[in-house]
Amino acid sequence: MSHLTIPKTYKLYIGGAFPRSESGRSYEVVSGKGAFLANAAKASRKDARDAVVAARAAVSGWSGATAYNRGQVLYRVAELLDGRRAQFVDEISSAEGVSASAAGAQVDEAVDTWVWYAGWCDKFAQVAGAGNPVAGPYFNLSVPEPTGVVATVAPQGAKGGSLLGIVRTIAPALVAGNTVVAIADEARPLSAISLGEVLATSDVPGGVVNILTGSPAEIAPWLASHADVNALDLTGAGGLDWVELEVSGADTLKRIVRPEPGIPDRALGRILGFVETKTVWHTKALI
Amino acid sequence: MTIDKSAPAAAAPATLAPAERAVQVLGGDLTEKALRQNLEGLPGVDAVGLEQRAAGLATRSIKTSSKAWALDRIIRLIDLTTLEGADTPGKVRSLVAKAVNPDPSDAATPRVAAVCVYGDKVPDAIEALGAAHGDPDDGLISVAAVATAFPSGRASLRVKLADTADAVAAGADEIDMVIDRGAFLAGRYGKVFDEIVAVKEACRRTDGSYASLKVILETGELNTYDNVRRASWLAILAGGDFIKTSTGKVQPAATLPVTLLMLEAVRDWHRLTGEKVGVKPAGGIRASKDAIRYLVTVAETVGEEWLQPHLFRFGASSLLNDVLLQRQKTITGHYSGPDYVTID
Repeated sequence: MSHLTIPKTYKLYIGGAFPRSESGRSYEVVSGKGAFLANAAKASRKDARDAVVAARAAVSGWSGATAYNRGQVLYRVAELLDGRRAQFVDEISSAEGVSASAAGAQVDEAVDTWVWYAGWCDKFAQVAGAGNPVAGPYFNLSVPEPTGVVATVAPQGAKGGSLLGIVRTIAPALVAGNTVVAIADEARPLSAISLGEVLATSDVPGGVVNILTGSPAEIAPWLASHADVNALDLTGAGGLDWVELEVSGADTLKRIVRPEPGIPDRALGRILGFVETKTVWHTKALI
Repeated sequence: MTIDKSAPAAAAPATLAPAERAVQVLGGDLTEKALRQNLEGLPGVDAVGLEQRAAGLATRSIKTSSKAWALDRIIRLIDLTTLEGADTPGKVRSLVAKAVNPDPSDAATPRVAAVCVYGDKVPDAIEALGAAHGDPDDGLISVAAVATAFPSGRASLRVKLADTADAVAAGADEIDMVIDRGAFLAGRYGKVFDEIVAVKEACRRTDGSYASLKVILETGELNTYDNVRRASWLAILAGGDFIKTSTGKVQPAATLPVTLLMLEAVRDWHRLTGEKVGVKPAGGIRASKDAIRYLVTVAETVGEEWLQPHLFRFGASSLLNDVLLQRQKTITGHYSGPDYVTID
């Protein structure tokens, strides 16, 4: 029996909900071969503003969770992503025009990325923190703490990266307890929104990850100058006027990760790009 | 009460004592029965129409220069409030510092209209204000005190009057009293009326002038719009200078429909007597966007003339920070964040 095709509506992912753009705008997403795939919401600066409000509200809960718990939650994302493998393979192969096996390899790599970063949650502090030697009867401890709200620009148009690119930029920021406002790949945003659905159904609290589809050139400057954003990951902003973004980010003392061609590797350095170091002194016991 | 639209406006001189004025408006003896007949004879409120009207007024889009004007005006209309059991002299001083200089990064920011504290904190507030204490029309800041066993109002009249006189003697410019909701809901309008009249009298200073009296209806406890309309008229008849929605201690606090209803009572009173009574929504107004909706409602209901500190106030604490953030955004063109305003 034939059944009616139900085209999917791709919306934004803000604060755990899937709203349309407040501007009412959308844009056409086409396949690697130029065929129409879907209409995606075209986020405006006000959507970015709302996303930052949601992300800020989620900081205390997410950074307050134990590192072990955050690791479990990120691992759960990997579980659910793997469970929807077929859907992602389908979306990636139509968006990028690649074979199902190449798309499958990308999904596997994305799942592995979540697992890899999940493992770091309760371990990176041992690597990045320190017990510092001091000349006095004190313990002197340095511990990494999350920076806060991180705005990221996912790799744009990177080969084999419509899903993996955004995963590689979101996951490391989450490890330390930051919350994220991510701008997806403009030309191939569909798997990013499906990733939002995975995050919404895993145990990631609403607002911890917010995904905007649309023009990075339009949205990124608003996030770069936003005083309530603490760090800026410009990984995918190589095609934009990123020096200008870095300048306006510096005006509000943001941590900044500079653009990188292609898809970034998974690396401890990406976790440590979004932490602050707190150093405390504590007296040693006198007996 | 039946409002005779043909009655000459401003028939009653403004100096008339509340009881006399009430007699004139009610047109008969001022008895419990006459009050009840008049208040219960008020036309019923069309709840659906009221809420729709309020929702319609909330859809106005206020942008650019109008928004900048509105934000500054909101600040000038705020009663910056701290009403906690844990209020310390230091808390009052920091509240006053914020009232005097809301945004230290921009000296052009206007000051708020008043600070609102418990009666025993009035001396602290006045001391902290120093030369900035005065009439909001002159760019200075008044001190408002809540009185009459705020927020419940459950005390004898003697205690309420002493509470009020105490705050006035300490130098409060404005008194926020609560009505006896228990008596009101039991239908004893005369008791509520007499209490308001007595408290107004207790607002008299030694030099014969009066502290401005705001009458809190606590609409969240009045249950129906009809009751809100009756309480508004009752408070105005008894001589309140302002009618105020809520204490902020009861949910729901101020809502747009309730404020609209109270503004309509004020408008009708103005048409009837030519006198201007103020309105103060308080509690639950946290976002600039909400506050702008109130401004629109005031302008559309009683007129823009009411958008001045002697006729309209916001009772709020966290609203000010949001307005400052919006103001910074309007001026710099960039979104601001909570790190750029004080933590209260």
